[in-house]
Amino acid sequence: MELDLTSIAPELQEELNRNVMFTTLETIKGWVRSNSLWPLTFGLACCAIEMMGTGGSRYDLDRFGVIFRASPRQSDVMIVAGTVTKKMAPLLRRLYDQMPEPKWVIAMGSCATAGGPYVRSYSVVKGVDQIVPVDVYIPGCPPNPAALIYGINKLQEKIRYEAKTGKRVTSQ
Amino acid sequence: MSDEKRKPTPEEKAKAAAEARAKAEALRKAKEQQAEGTEQTAAAPSDAQAAGGETPEAQPAASKPVSEMTPEEKAKAKAAAAAAAAAKAKAAREAAEAGGAGETTGDDADAKAKAAAAAKAKAAAAAAAAAKAKAAREAAEAGGAGETTGGDADAKAKAAAAAKAKAAAAAAAAAKAKAAREAAEAGGAGETTGGDADAKAKAAAAAKAKAAAAAAAAAKAKAAREAAEAGGAGETTGGDADAKAKAAAAAKAKAAAAAAAAAKAKAGGAAGADETAEAPKPPSKNQPYLDKYVARISETFGADVLEAAYINELSKDVPTLVVKNERWHEVARFLKEDESLAFDYLSDLHGVDYEDRMEVYYHFYSYKNRQSLAVKVKTNREQPSVPSVMDIWRGADWSERETFDLLGIYFPGHTELRRILLPDEWVGYPLRKDYVQYDEEV
Amino acid sequence: MNRDILLTNATTSPESGIRTEEMLLNVGPQHPSTHGVLRLVVKIDGETIKEATPVMGYLHRGTEKLAENLTYTQIIPYTDRMDYVSAMTNNYVLCHAVETMMGVEVPERAQFLRLIAMELNRVASHLVWWGTYLLDIGAMGPFLYAFRDRESILDLFNELCGARMTFNYMRIGGVKWDAPPGWIDKVKEFVQYMKKELNNYHKLVTGNEIFINRLRGIGKFDQKTALDYSLSGVMLRSTGVKWDLRKDEPYCIYDRFEFDVPTATEGDCLARYHLRMAEIEQSLRILEQALDQFPSEGEVMGKVPRVIRPPAGEAYVRIESPRGEIGCYIASTGKDKPWRLKFRRPSFHNLQILPKLLEGENIANMVAVLGSIDIVLGEVDC
Repeated sequence: MELDLTSIAPELQEELNRNVMFTTLETIKGWVRSNSLWPLTFGLACCAIEMMGTGGSRYDLDRFGVIFRASPRQSDVMIVAGTVTKKMAPLLRRLYDQMPEPKWVIAMGSCATAGGPYVRSYSVVKGVDQIVPVDVYIPGCPPNPAALIYGINKLQEKIRYEAKTGKRVTSQ
Repeated sequence: MSDEKRKPTPEEKAKAAAEARAKAEALRKAKEQQAEGTEQTAAAPSDAQAAGGETPEAQPAASKPVSEMTPEEKAKAKAAAAAAAAAKAKAAREAAEAGGAGETTGDDADAKAKAAAAAKAKAAAAAAAAAKAKAAREAAEAGGAGETTGGDADAKAKAAAAAKAKAAAAAAAAAKAKAAREAAEAGGAGETTGGDADAKAKAAAAAKAKAAAAAAAAAKAKAAREAAEAGGAGETTGGDADAKAKAAAAAKAKAAAAAAAAAKAKAGGAAGADETAEAPKPPSKNQPYLDKYVARISETFGADVLEAAYINELSKDVPTLVVKNERWHEVARFLKEDESLAFDYLSDLHGVDYEDRMEVYYHFYSYKNRQSLAVKVKTNREQPSVPSVMDIWRGADWSERETFDLLGIYFPGHTELRRILLPDEWVGYPLRKDYVQYDEEV
Repeated sequence: MNRDILLTNATTSPESGIRTEEMLLNVGPQHPSTHGVLRLVVKIDGETIKEATPVMGYLHRGTEKLAENLTYTQIIPYTDRMDYVSAMTNNYVLCHAVETMMGVEVPERAQFLRLIAMELNRVASHLVWWGTYLLDIGAMGPFLYAFRDRESILDLFNELCGARMTFNYMRIGGVKWDAPPGWIDKVKEFVQYMKKELNNYHKLVTGNEIFINRLRGIGKFDQKTALDYSLSGVMLRSTGVKWDLRKDEPYCIYDRFEFDVPTATEGDCLARYHLRMAEIEQSLRILEQALDQFPSEGEVMGKVPRVIRPPAGEAYVRIESPRGEIGCYIASTGKDKPWRLKFRRPSFHNLQILPKLLEGENIANMVAVLGSIDIVLGEVDC
């Protein structure tokens, strides 16, 4: 039987990728990535102050390996903290595109999740997932720093799970 | 919340009973007074004698500014017949209870009866001049209560006239305050919505407290303000009544008068008549400043450049001018550069979209004289445009851009009028009342 | 972020014969200076700024339009989110405006609670400013100290009203919650602690040579300019105008307490720095007096009707927020929702002077000047 490697379906391709040797490597990669998530400083509104507070001395984020980077080219995760307005939306997309793979997005706060208290406003985008694919949603207005840490932990778990099993949490 | 709905029921029953009593008594007294004319009624002992001698004066004084109508005469007669202090107290109590009960029925007859009872009570307590004043006012109230349709001009004219009569007379403050209170109660009775019992009781309590404290001049001021605010109040919905009743509850003498005025307006079935009374305004502490501004501006530009000038009592008594749109730039420059005015600080600049026009509101402050000033400039809605004051106060720059951005008011003279808060390609002006979102699906 | 290089005004420098061009630099809405989403379009020639234009609106959420469909009590949470660093003063300005229109009397204990909340918030806001300003300038340590102390204040607020930042604490006619037992003592403790801590801050930063050289003499403007541009707050006081709405048009119960209004005359960034530190001290002083005079009992809510309906008309009131003069204008038609609600935001007006301050300035000083204006973008955009 001829093995036609060029015409393998993508799911089959995934299966082939997931053999034993590569799984451990992927797991290690996932573990490493999750423990050194470098977010892009993307504080827009009130949630930004809570994000700063999380990076402060009481709820230290540095112990999770989280160092805030200013440039999208050097960051892994974009924590959208605050209300996304229609004026800001194209720029947000541009920043997301400038981030190198692998990248994740955390929607922090109810404004980023679904528009928040400003959902009826004329100039607010109702949820940042209309613009970028979001991995973790953190509700709250603003979420407690502890909630943000919980969200980051959730993202770390998600990264490790996806790396280990090769499956994506949401079908893509 | 359901508790409060259930609670009044037993109270209401009691109130209804009291109301029925009051109605019966009032009707009886009315009949008696009608029969006797200016005579004292037996129902009112003690002070009746003192007030009785004044009733002939009360009659002509009351009849002067008020048109002669049959219910008026009846009311006047009622008022003229002085009741005793006891009767007054009773009537006051009944009025309170009846007022509380009246909400569910919204019966004008009840209101009239209560007003009559209240009026009698008032008359009983007052001195001569007070009786006169009260009589005049009660005539107004009763007459107002008697109307079922919107004969507002009459009611307000009567109210105004009554207020004038009151002001003219050197009435006792207590009498007026009591009258105010009972007017509030009576007027409050006319409402059909629930929950007024609290407001009225508050108004009553507050008015009583005020009565104890007020001086004659203050009472006059109250009366004048009642007239003013009666006119001012008449234009909007019945929600104003609540607001006014509550304002009375706040410890201000003015507020009591306002409640009374609102009550009168309500009793008259308030709808849209504007202020017509020319009652003397109480001297607000900023009135001399307003006069000074008006004088300075008029002597420089002529009196027609100001469309209106008044003291905005709601906003900490700030003098407010309404300047004509075409002349605004020169007046603005004058406001800043004139030494006696010296308004060098622009605190706020924004536009307001009313249904028929747009206005731009400016708030100035003078560090030299430590005085505030508010200015409004009107413009129409189709092509709104107000001369820019950016060259006079640089701080107006962004505020005008923001007003342009959100409301579409064009400021000729502004060097860089473009959108500031919304993206440049936005269509429409969101803060307008008729704004329609152009990208609804986002 | 983005760098759009526009080749304009190419000139040949006569001394060295090198061709120089002006560059259009976009200090984009996303930048590490933590003030928020403000975009500065800067035209630079070498290191000198020729022209700087702020572009804002990236956080314009339409609060004023939303307010036209909300009752007054429902608008209070929205006011929190405008100047989110000092939310209590925003709450207060709205409540004060409605109370002025309606003539509501606020009970004593509520006034005290409001005042204590506002002054604590002033301290917290200045701490945020201090930490982030020094972070912008390059010092990492003060940020951590400032936020540590701010956490203590936020704990106090958490106990008082359940929220750390967007309090929604004041209501028309009073406040929503009474101080829990023991809270006043905790605040007293904190005030004593903060007074000592302020000395540490001064030791850490204020005498630092590098810091002084970075701030002295930049961002300078005079009194007339300040008045012309409608500046308020520390911006105005740094030019010598001794004006503080808490003293000159007293609201709440500020007239019962003794405090100074620090002013400076230089009008540069260093003066504003010193003024804000002095303001923290004065706030602590007011807090001490207020805590001593705190009424041991009383109601926290005045007599207001269930449905708040101010009389028809308009009112404009202004109070002193940590950033300057915040004003609230309400046009009411007697209904329970406002016809027009407008906030005069201090950051919006204070930012107007930025283009003027940055002309001719070194690009390295741009962030220092911007930081000393102390803006909060939620307020600029409303």
